[in-house]
Amino acid sequence: MVERSTKALVKRALARRELTLMALLVILLVPISIRSPQFLSPSNVNRILNDMAILAIVAIGQFYVILSGGIDLSVGSVIAFTGMACGMLNEAHPTISPFVLLLVGIAIGFLMGLFNGVLVAYGKIPPIITTLGTVNIYRGMTFLLSGGSWVTAHELSTAYIAFPRNTFLGISYLLWIAFAALAVFYYFGRFTRTGREIYAIGGNPTAAKFVGVNENKIRVIVFLVSGTLCGLAGALWTARYASAVNEMATGFEMQAVAACVLGGVNFSGGAGGIIGVALGTLFLGVVTNALPVVYLSVFWQTFVQGLIILIALALNTISDQRKYKRMLAQRRA
Amino acid sequence: MQEPALLEVHNLTKIFPGIKALDDVHLKLRCGEVHALIGENGAGKSTLVKVLTGVYIPTSGTITLEGEEISFKNAIDAQQAGIVAIHQEASMFPELSVTENIFMGHHLRNPKTLKLDWKAMKRETEALLEKMQLDIDPDTLVKNLSVAKRHMVEITKALSLDAKLVIMDEPTSALTAREVEDLFRIVRSLKESGKAILFISHKFDEIFQICDYYTVYRDGQYIGEGRVGEDSEDSIINMMIGRSIDQLYPDHTPTRGREILKVENLAQLGAFKGISFSLHEGEILGLFGLVGAGRTEVARTIFGIDRAVEGTITFEGKPFVPKSVMHSMRQGIALVPEDRQRQGLVLPMSLTHNISLPVLKVLSYKGMVTKNKVEKAYVLEHGQQMEIRAAGYHVDAETLSGGNQQKVVLAKWIGTKPKILILDEPTKGIDVATKAAVHQFVCDMADQGVAIILISSELPEIIGMSDRILVMHEGRQTAILDAREATAEVVMRYAISTVHEEACYG
Repeated sequence: MVERSTKALVKRALARRELTLMALLVILLVPISIRSPQFLSPSNVNRILNDMAILAIVAIGQFYVILSGGIDLSVGSVIAFTGMACGMLNEAHPTISPFVLLLVGIAIGFLMGLFNGVLVAYGKIPPIITTLGTVNIYRGMTFLLSGGSWVTAHELSTAYIAFPRNTFLGISYLLWIAFAALAVFYYFGRFTRTGREIYAIGGNPTAAKFVGVNENKIRVIVFLVSGTLCGLAGALWTARYASAVNEMATGFEMQAVAACVLGGVNFSGGAGGIIGVALGTLFLGVVTNALPVVYLSVFWQTFVQGLIILIALALNTISDQRKYKRMLAQRRA
Repeated sequence: MQEPALLEVHNLTKIFPGIKALDDVHLKLRCGEVHALIGENGAGKSTLVKVLTGVYIPTSGTITLEGEEISFKNAIDAQQAGIVAIHQEASMFPELSVTENIFMGHHLRNPKTLKLDWKAMKRETEALLEKMQLDIDPDTLVKNLSVAKRHMVEITKALSLDAKLVIMDEPTSALTAREVEDLFRIVRSLKESGKAILFISHKFDEIFQICDYYTVYRDGQYIGEGRVGEDSEDSIINMMIGRSIDQLYPDHTPTRGREILKVENLAQLGAFKGISFSLHEGEILGLFGLVGAGRTEVARTIFGIDRAVEGTITFEGKPFVPKSVMHSMRQGIALVPEDRQRQGLVLPMSLTHNISLPVLKVLSYKGMVTKNKVEKAYVLEHGQQMEIRAAGYHVDAETLSGGNQQKVVLAKWIGTKPKILILDEPTKGIDVATKAAVHQFVCDMADQGVAIILISSELPEIIGMSDRILVMHEGRQTAILDAREATAEVVMRYAISTVHEEACYG
């Protein structure tokens, strides 16, 4: 049974959403690349990947929150606040190293995630309510911090703006960071005790409690992960878009949720994986970038994204129902 | 008294992908008859109920109702034909009143205005409740009723639908002895008014008390039928399990080691008080009481889920105040909870991950669970010990049958090498074969020196398995009995009596 189970594990992992998504991507790419051969050119692929890198980082955090059975609606505002803070810090100290700015972003995101997590775990406020509150609080804090003004490109140091674009082995720092985050958190989910406990809490909080899993600790950790990654994303955002605007990343939580849902993450918690989330992000990126190719204006972007979320959710539900029916049949055995 | 058949099932087969849930079965129900459908879990009883109520469509075979062949497309068809099922877990609307629940789906309307006629519905409800001699206010919200009364309301609903056949699937599993009596009174009055009742139960005393006829299924097949009074319990059980009843309880020679746990005057607000007992290594202490006696709450307190407000616990000679589940687990206490699906397992998780969950700390190094081989070997060792039947340890726990799920829960806890193992209703709702495996497992653990607290609502199990029995009644300890001398009557008397007897410490 041991031998078979390794193979079966691989099979099961692929038979899930991951494989379907890859197939869909290929199906989508064929007509697009016929219509516009440049779409799959190295430079365009590189551009798409760079476009999606920040979303991927944020989606990882969102994934762990959803996995635990919650949702983090505050991600856009965390990005905005940290992005604004980094921008203003850079404006005040033009010589500051981009690395320091990243660390500042991470630290601020950590604290904001901690606040979310403590409210959820110890205040016993449902995640959706907590983050519905903090999404506004954090956005309000952004306006208070900036006094309503922007940080524009020429107020930022060239080193900071160049940071995400700098390359190592032909790949941008931004992409390296995204890949590193994916790798670290893939490992975190699969091979750490905490990761396993997040799956358990999301799958069945009561049963997890009965084996001594510290539910409060887990709930704080998932929001810490999400907040920290959003902090990192905020610092990168300001550099990549060469400005810090009060409204930045508004509605970004929906994209992060979309990437997770597309990646087959169970909305009620307990099931899903980082590979799915990465593919879900990539899928969103391809669709968004392909819109001009099929002569649809960028204004269709949110419309199409919403449609994709609904379709993905419907697919998840259908496959869950199928699974449930199979399960019922098997139980009778 | 050979009444004509109300409902007949002939050569019925229901095939699910890969499995024959019902294989050429028969059933014959007459008016004014309480008919027991007997079989282990997985025998096909629930499938048959679902076919009769229109949830499943049979693969082949016929069902005739009052001589006419019928086929239901959905549950509403079945209801209109007069077949109503009262489910294991009452499917009611807790926030609505009794009247609203009873008329849900078939509201009465004022013929002129087409408005819902609540006055008429309330009158009707009162009349129905009156007829059943039930003291329930039609305006009470269902959430404020006891489980037993909810059952009664469901039966009332069946009456309001003018049911010809009432199917009761394990109706007594959550009821106290007195509530069961009430239910039986109503069953008898249904019977007198000419309804047919299909009664599904695991409890033989109930079947012998209330049923006239029985049909036995095993593994989806029809085994036999007969009149309840004419056949002995043993012969029916033999039909059901296909083996002798003597094998049900394994031999266990009590070897009482040193005292490991001493509980004195333990109390928790509103749940229990004055609980005192000692527990020794290698001993099986049965904890018996009716539903609501506070047995589970005692277990939860010792396991650190709830806090005691009074009393002391001594563990291995040292005072022990359970602070959290982690704390109790570290001491070597394990609790197999009553509801394996809600409390015992993470259903969307693989068997491997479920079994290793309590011992991740041991299997991991600095928080990393990278020793995959170690984890697999560990899971395999304990899984094989419990003889879990599954397609592999990679499958999710939700795909297993109830009995196998219970084995997973047990496998998950033996690995923690507990000194005290608390089992809360370990054999509830599982088939006889798995039950025997669980009993053997409990005895093996005791023989290895593990102290065991066994909570069960099944009197034969408590008496057959335990060395000593602690009996509780409504949160109070009424007796500690030596199991060798205890009879079912004595134990039950303590479980229902309000008289507080001097507890004897053994």
